[in-house]
Amino acid sequence: MGSEDVYITGTDMIKFGKFPDRSIASLGAEAALLALDDAGVTINDIEALYSGNLLMAAGMVGQQIQQEIGQTGIPVVNCSNACATGATALREGWTAIKAGIYDIVLAVGVEKLAGAGMLGGGGGSRSGISPEGLLGSGAMPCVFAEAGMAHSRKYGTTFEQFAQIAVKNHHHSTMNPKARYQIETPLEEVMNAEMISYPNTKLMCSANVDGAAAAVLMSEKKMKELGLGSQAVRIRASVLTTDPWTDRDEVMPDVNTCTRNAAAQAYEMAGVGPEDLDLVELHDCFATAEVLHYENLGLCADGEAGKLIDEKATWHGGRIPVNLSGGLLSKGHPIGATGIANVYEIATHLRGNAGKRQAEGARIGLAHVIGLGTCCGIHILEAPSS
Amino acid sequence: MSEHPLPITPLVQIPESGDPYLQGFKCKSCGAITLKSRMACAKCGGRDTLEPFRLSTKGTLHAYSIIYRAFPGIDVPFVSAIADLEGGGTIKTNLIDVEPDPEKIQLGMDVDVVFQIAPRKDAEGNEYLAYFLKPAA
Ligand SMILES: [Zn+2]
Repeated sequence: MGSEDVYITGTDMIKFGKFPDRSIASLGAEAALLALDDAGVTINDIEALYSGNLLMAAGMVGQQIQQEIGQTGIPVVNCSNACATGATALREGWTAIKAGIYDIVLAVGVEKLAGAGMLGGGGGSRSGISPEGLLGSGAMPCVFAEAGMAHSRKYGTTFEQFAQIAVKNHHHSTMNPKARYQIETPLEEVMNAEMISYPNTKLMCSANVDGAAAAVLMSEKKMKELGLGSQAVRIRASVLTTDPWTDRDEVMPDVNTCTRNAAAQAYEMAGVGPEDLDLVELHDCFATAEVLHYENLGLCADGEAGKLIDEKATWHGGRIPVNLSGGLLSKGHPIGATGIANVYEIATHLRGNAGKRQAEGARIGLAHVIGLGTCCGIHILEAPSS
Repeated sequence: MSEHPLPITPLVQIPESGDPYLQGFKCKSCGAITLKSRMACAKCGGRDTLEPFRLSTKGTLHAYSIIYRAFPGIDVPFVSAIADLEGGGTIKTNLIDVEPDPEKIQLGMDVDVVFQIAPRKDAEGNEYLAYFLKPAA
């Protein structure tokens, strides 16, 4: 692996929401231009573009974005990797710089998901009759509910503890002007919301939104040449894993093992441990999922996620704040953008620009996503040194 | 149209005589038990190592969810459940003969695999034999 570090020198996201009158390219282009402006460069400086989008994977979205912001003839890679799509696009850019091929690349993630049904997955009829609703459910709220209940079986995690995750993330989003929703949701409201798939109520399911996020990546040489040291966030680790065979994974997608493997690799690559993290953005596609990842990422010992919740350790101001952006539950989950938006969130804290939700004095942060099918992307980032 | 019910998935085996059963595969090299045939073993990559393996009808409830919002045409609530079977293998299907109430469903409880005709038919009117879980007798 190349010895030179890779830096994020510019990053931004659009406010997530519902934009029925706008093209996917215009959303991606807006985020791209914001990130370019943040880095103080233009599309003419960019040597390659990595575009993440899931639902229009065959639509050459990266090129459509170029058509909005400048067709400079550079290579464009269109990435699709389920909910890890954005993280994968960013990592492809990191890989290319690490390999010494480019000094400055742009990663963009974009999705139009507002108005999509909540269920995702499942439903599909093959030959014969659809097994959905007979052989259990393959819908996403059920898949992640069952993953949470396996944790309950092992450690006694309660519906109320799962619900507290949503209370926290919705609370955090009230401090994030770019979140889709900024509404406090007290515990009773979360628990009494429409039950979608026990134990996940509607307020414990991620928000389907339109959104885009982007990041400019530079080699150390280019970053120094442009004098961007005071805003350059160092990528200490970039890891992508898939799910190795585990005994239940044909009926129960295993989001745990690939996260544990990715975390171990990321901590080793970064030379840090979970105790060194100042904040985490993790893949709370459902409230139940966040609980699993506390342990998967080593934020607490196995079996102590419930205690972490009870102690409010992952709230703003707590020992290890998680999803200060509001998370997928309240900021929103525009699939292809999600993995770059959570990197933006970490970088914003590391640069001290997160306003009311700032993680005080943050130096090291971790961004995590899961794509069902299955894969996991983790980035560990470090604050600018000067 | 078939005179006899068809298997809802290839997992279901309907012998000429005797009870239906679930047939997975077991790797003779590493012991992994899978529900579907593959080109090579998903665990060890072994070629030609997967052999048919009859799954038990006894198991324990590993996880479940009570589904209240489903795709159109699917009756709710229902319980989606995952059970580890004795001797290996894990299946997912509806848990029946139980109230859809977390108070009434114990994680880790013993469950049986039972076979019933599915309540829907295909476009040609064929019936399907499905497998379900229910609290152990
Ligand atoms: Zn094997």
